[in-house]
Amino acid sequence: MKLLNASGCLDALTAPEIANRLDAFVTKTITPLPRDGNPPVRIAEVEHGMLNAIGLANPGRERFLAQTLPRLRGALDVPIWVSVGGFSARDYAETCAALEDVEAIELNLSCPNVDEAPESAAEIVSACRAATTLPLYAKLSAAVADVAAVALAVQSAGADGLSLINTVRGMALDERTLKPVLARGSGGLSGPALKPIALHAIHACYRATGSPIVGMGGVWSGRDVVELVAAGASHVALGTVLFADPDAPTRVRAELVEECSRLAVAGVDDVFARAHEGAGIPA
Amino acid sequence: MRRRELLSVLACERVGRYSLVRVERGGIDPGIPGQFFMLEAPGRLLPRPMSLCRAPEGELWFLVDEIGPGTRAICAARELHVFGPLGNGFDLTVERPLLVGGGIGIAPLPYVREFLPDTPAILGFRDETFVDAAALLPGAEVVVEPTLVTELLDPSLDVLACGPEPMLDAVRSLAPTAQLAWEAPMACGYGACYGCAVEIDGELKRLCVEGPVLRDAA
Repeated sequence: MKLLNASGCLDALTAPEIANRLDAFVTKTITPLPRDGNPPVRIAEVEHGMLNAIGLANPGRERFLAQTLPRLRGALDVPIWVSVGGFSARDYAETCAALEDVEAIELNLSCPNVDEAPESAAEIVSACRAATTLPLYAKLSAAVADVAAVALAVQSAGADGLSLINTVRGMALDERTLKPVLARGSGGLSGPALKPIALHAIHACYRATGSPIVGMGGVWSGRDVVELVAAGASHVALGTVLFADPDAPTRVRAELVEECSRLAVAGVDDVFARAHEGAGIPA
Repeated sequence: MRRRELLSVLACERVGRYSLVRVERGGIDPGIPGQFFMLEAPGRLLPRPMSLCRAPEGELWFLVDEIGPGTRAICAARELHVFGPLGNGFDLTVERPLLVGGGIGIAPLPYVREFLPDTPAILGFRDETFVDAAALLPGAEVVVEPTLVTELLDPSLDVLACGPEPMLDAVRSLAPTAQLAWEAPMACGYGACYGCAVEIDGELKRLCVEGPVLRDAA
C-alpha cells in the first residue's frame, strides 16, 4: 500500500517536507492552457466536509513542463504522478504524450466540465493509451448511476488502474443571507462525508474490474486507510485532511501500525479486499 | 519556522464586539507582524486563519470576530491546534510608519507596535458598538462611519494597513506604496488548497503564500 496525496490537496513546492513523507506525490490537474480558476469565494466548511470550487487553476501544460515539473523533481525525493485534465480526448492525449520520467499519470475524468458518460471516459482513456506507455489511472466520479460500468469501460480502453473517488457536487448557504457561499454556487464536497461513498465505489469497481485502485475520499485516520484497503484499494490518498493537519502523513502511518496490531495483521496489505471474502456479498 | 501544536486556551476575553483569545505559546514562533496562524477548534473539520494580535511572554493573542460556527468554536475552545507562523508579514524597516485598521482588521496592528512602539494609528469602525476594540491601540485616532480612515490619512507616511477590501482599495489609491494585509477564506494556510486566491490587478494570488501582506500596489 502506497500513501499518496489526492490531486489538488497539496503543493509540493510550498510544502516539500510534507510531500516527501508520502510514497508518491500527485500534482494538481494540468490542462493544456493556463487556468486562473474560479473567482473567490472558493471554499466553505460544511457539516462533515468542505466544498471547493477552485476550477482547475493551473499554469497550463507548457509552463508545467518547462518550469513546474523540473522544480518538483528538485524538491521531491519521492516519485511524481501527474494529474492530467482537459476538455477533449485530444487535450488529454497530447499532455500524456509530452510526459516522461514520471511514475504514473492520473486522468482526471471527473472534473465538472467533462462528460462523464462511460463512452466519453473510455474515449479519453483510449486516446491516452495510444499516446503513452506510462501507467494510466482513471480518476472517476462516484456521482453516476453505475460507477462499476464506467470502471469496466475505462479498463477495456486501456486504463491500468482507477482512482476513486473525486468530489461530489454540493452547495452551502450563508448563515445570514441564505445565498450560496461559493461564488460559483456549487462546488465539490470532500472530507469525512465522502467515506461511505468512496467505500462503495471502491468495493464495486474492484469487484467489477480487479484493477489496482488508489482509494480516496474522507480518509482522516489509520482506520480509514484500513477500511479503503479492505474494500479493494491497493493504495490510499489523503485529501482534505492535509488542509487541516499537515502532519497527517506521519500521523496516519502511526495510527495504521496501531490499527494493524489491533486487527492482529502484520501490515495493511494483509486486509486487502477482505470486504469481498465469503460468499454472497453483493457489490 | 512554522509548526503545529495543540495548545491550551488561557482565556477568552470580550473586547467590545470582538473576542481576544489568549493561548499558551508552547514552542510556536510568534513570527513577524502580519503573518498568520491557522487555529483549529476541537470538533471542527477545518482551521481558521488569524493574524497574531499580541505576543506577551509565553502567550499568543488572537482577536476574533465570531461570525460563524468556526470562529464561535475557536472562542469556546479549551485547546486549539495552532499552526504557523504562515505567509508574509509587514516590512518593518520603514522610516515613518502609520498604522491603518478597519474593523477586525485592527487585529495585527498591536503586534506591530511591539516592534515599532508609539507608531501612530488610525482606526475605522462600522459603528460605535465596535469602538471598544480601539483600546488595544492606545492613542489611536478613531473614526466611525460615515467618516472613513482615508479622510485622516497622510499619504506621505509609510502606511501599514489591514481591513476590509474597500478600505484597502481606498488606502491604496491614496498611498500606492502602502503595505496592505488582505483577508480571504482559507482551508490550509500553506499553499495546498488554492482556496484563498484573490484577484488583485487582474491576477489571482494565493494570499497564504504570496500574502497576506502585499506591497507596492501588489
